[in-house]
Amino acid sequence: MQRVGRSFATKQLLRKFDNLNARVINIKAQDFEKTAIPILQCNYSNGAHKDVTQANKLVRYGKWGDRDPYKDINGFTLPKFVSQGFLQTPTYIRNYKRYASSDRPLPPPPPPPPTKESVTPYLIIGAAGAAGLGYYLWKNWTEFLALLGICPEDKTDSPTSRKEKRADDPISIKCDKEPERECVVLNTPTPDQPGDGPSAKRLPPPKYPDWKNCPAIPGYASYLIIGAGTAANAAYRAIRTNNPKAKVLIISEECNLPYMRPPLSKELWFNDSRKLTEDLKFKQWNGKERSIFYEKDCFYTSPKELPYKSCGGVAVALGRKVQKIDVENKVVSLDNKWQINYDKLLIATGGKPRQHPIIDNSDEEVKKRTTVYRKIVDFQKLDCVTSKGKSVAVIGGGFLGSELAVALGNKAKKSNAKIYQIFPEKGNMGKVLPQYLSNWTTEKVRNENVNIIPESTLTKATMCKNDKVALTLSNGQEIQVDHIVVAIGLEPDVSIAECSGLEVDPIRGGFLVNAEMKAREDIWVAGDAASFYDIKLGRRRVEHHDHAVVSGRLAGENMSGKSKPYWHQSMFWSDLGPEVGYEAIGLVDSSLPTTAVFAKACKSDSPRAVVEETNENLRSETEESVCIEKVKVDSETKPAPPNGTEDFGKGVIFYTKDNVVVGMVMWNVFNKMSIARRILKEQRKYDDLTEVAKLFDLHENN
Amino acid sequence: MSYCREEGKDKIVFLEKDSAVKNDSKTMSLLPSDLEDEPGLVLENGEINWNCPCLGGMSSGPCGVPFREAFSCFHYSQADQKGSDCYEEFAKMTDCFRKYPDIYAEPDGNKEENDTEESTPDASSEQTSDETSATSDGKKS
Repeated sequence: MQRVGRSFATKQLLRKFDNLNARVINIKAQDFEKTAIPILQCNYSNGAHKDVTQANKLVRYGKWGDRDPYKDINGFTLPKFVSQGFLQTPTYIRNYKRYASSDRPLPPPPPPPPTKESVTPYLIIGAAGAAGLGYYLWKNWTEFLALLGICPEDKTDSPTSRKEKRADDPISIKCDKEPERECVVLNTPTPDQPGDGPSAKRLPPPKYPDWKNCPAIPGYASYLIIGAGTAANAAYRAIRTNNPKAKVLIISEECNLPYMRPPLSKELWFNDSRKLTEDLKFKQWNGKERSIFYEKDCFYTSPKELPYKSCGGVAVALGRKVQKIDVENKVVSLDNKWQINYDKLLIATGGKPRQHPIIDNSDEEVKKRTTVYRKIVDFQKLDCVTSKGKSVAVIGGGFLGSELAVALGNKAKKSNAKIYQIFPEKGNMGKVLPQYLSNWTTEKVRNENVNIIPESTLTKATMCKNDKVALTLSNGQEIQVDHIVVAIGLEPDVSIAECSGLEVDPIRGGFLVNAEMKAREDIWVAGDAASFYDIKLGRRRVEHHDHAVVSGRLAGENMSGKSKPYWHQSMFWSDLGPEVGYEAIGLVDSSLPTTAVFAKACKSDSPRAVVEETNENLRSETEESVCIEKVKVDSETKPAPPNGTEDFGKGVIFYTKDNVVVGMVMWNVFNKMSIARRILKEQRKYDDLTEVAKLFDLHENN
Repeated sequence: MSYCREEGKDKIVFLEKDSAVKNDSKTMSLLPSDLEDEPGLVLENGEINWNCPCLGGMSSGPCGVPFREAFSCFHYSQADQKGSDCYEEFAKMTDCFRKYPDIYAEPDGNKEENDTEESTPDASSEQTSDETSATSDGKKS
């Protein structure tokens, strides 16, 4: 032992290692704190017990002054910790273990153990060491807090960016109610001991052995998930269902616990109560309140406590970015140089919304007034802006753009603010719906108080003297708005692909995975970031909520031992205001030939009616759960006049490839998704799709 | 009268009410005969399907393990009053529920009553989070 000034705890450990015929040279105290526990965990990761409590007990609370080389339950001798100026990382230990268990000759025998020393010098050095540790903690208090995910001063999106601003940080604008951007601090961990009832939350941190030495984020996790979105949520549920005592660790770059995205462009904008919106809750039309967060805070364990939970749990480490994955050694490196060993890894990083190139090259002032929409902070900022009656231009004519335009148009009805929507296609959802339907939809969106400017792109964005932004469009038009929202698509987050040796799909973007969502050995990818092989429809990358749930769940099941391919088709839905909505499944591309069968819609065919009936706003859940009552109407349905004003009120659109149905859109037809699924699964060539359309009971409510 | 027209590659049909009646033999044959229904609460071999959305997040939540033990005990119980020999397991489960009142507290009575085999898998309470995990598997009646 070379150093003085180490903590008493470290001393104890070093002493133990000395008794195990180990020598430790030139390891700094704080580094040893970081590496010691993971090493201990790592040694037992493939043993009979994975509980760090047990592991630490065996090493630390063994006989004092024991001279025999220490053997664990499996008869494996703990390796020497000899270093020549490098840290004993878990990687080293893993390699050693592999090396030791193979037929190759073992490393040279250790030097003879030192003689037993008296305790007094240790008491003195221990006191000095405790002072040293206290000094170290005091010096690095902020770093220590950051490890725990607490960033009191940080007002930007991530606690790690206090020193340097990242390019995608939403720069705050002057807004009365500045949105909260602090990281969520998880509740005081609840002890596992029985008998601790409701008062558990008020207890001090649990009295686990080594609690003070334990790192804030474990050095080992059997199930590790990168990303804390919908796919991660579905995955940890599947893992915990198949493996009830699983310990799942989630690493998230952002500061929010897992939440659902669809309400950010739909329900949250239609809340009656201001308080609900601020709490990020929404009231479904049936009166039931729901939070956008999947679980309550107390559901999650703190990452520090996760290894101690005998029944497992789910822990989320917020505000940490993964820099690199060492696939061969199964180690993940974080941005703070912390390393985590894993057994199974899921990448569910999703993506970053694309910034418009013209705005990217514009002034800072223009960028300040632009929201690239995706996250909770973006919603909060836009909510604040529109509450002041500011005019907004939405760039993008797809799902997100159209839904936002409708939502903002609805909100602007009171304030008379102008809402614009700009996109290069001829109509809303031009890439998804056939031309005639896209045109019809565009009219509907116009009725929702939106000034639509189709077939145009942004060519210039400059600041005006009146503090507004002047947008020049490709058709020559110039408009002035207070705020811009960009919704032009998602860039899948594959930043770790190159240095980790993971393949990226050059055509669709995202990590390349097989039909089982597997990228490489023990690495799965799910959600928006996965380019996967769909057995029925070929290779795809899907950016919808239900797909994230389905693929996340599949990846979770495959991580916990199964090997199922992707077969359950995910669906998606969209609402254009409360009156018009549709559900779709499969390949829904407007470039494919389509056959559509329509009937006239009546009042009970609307998204509102569906939710009222089923109690459920996430329409991926409403399949097979409703019997819509047949409404008796006196008047007969009159057929639409040919070439007259056609009302595409209710119908089914089939997308075909070589006469085989590859996708379907159910237009104001709800809860028939199971029928659509069956038709899609069949992959039969139908001669007359009108007959198939009859299965959907289009005239059910007439 | 139903009629149809074409717009380029897109065909549009407007269906009249009368002709929308399903010709049972013809149209129903279009439906695939093997309707793969997802299993309900109990699998074919008699075991409990922990994946069932009717259980909500119960089997994978913080109290997942005691819940499974209690429910399994009840499921396989052969006693006269089914489940009467499972008192210990249910007690442990209730203890665990008390530690997480935010997740497991039921405003109108016991959570355990909803988890018996005979219960209809109704839509779960706001506290449980099953709704987001199920897609279309399982039956919801």
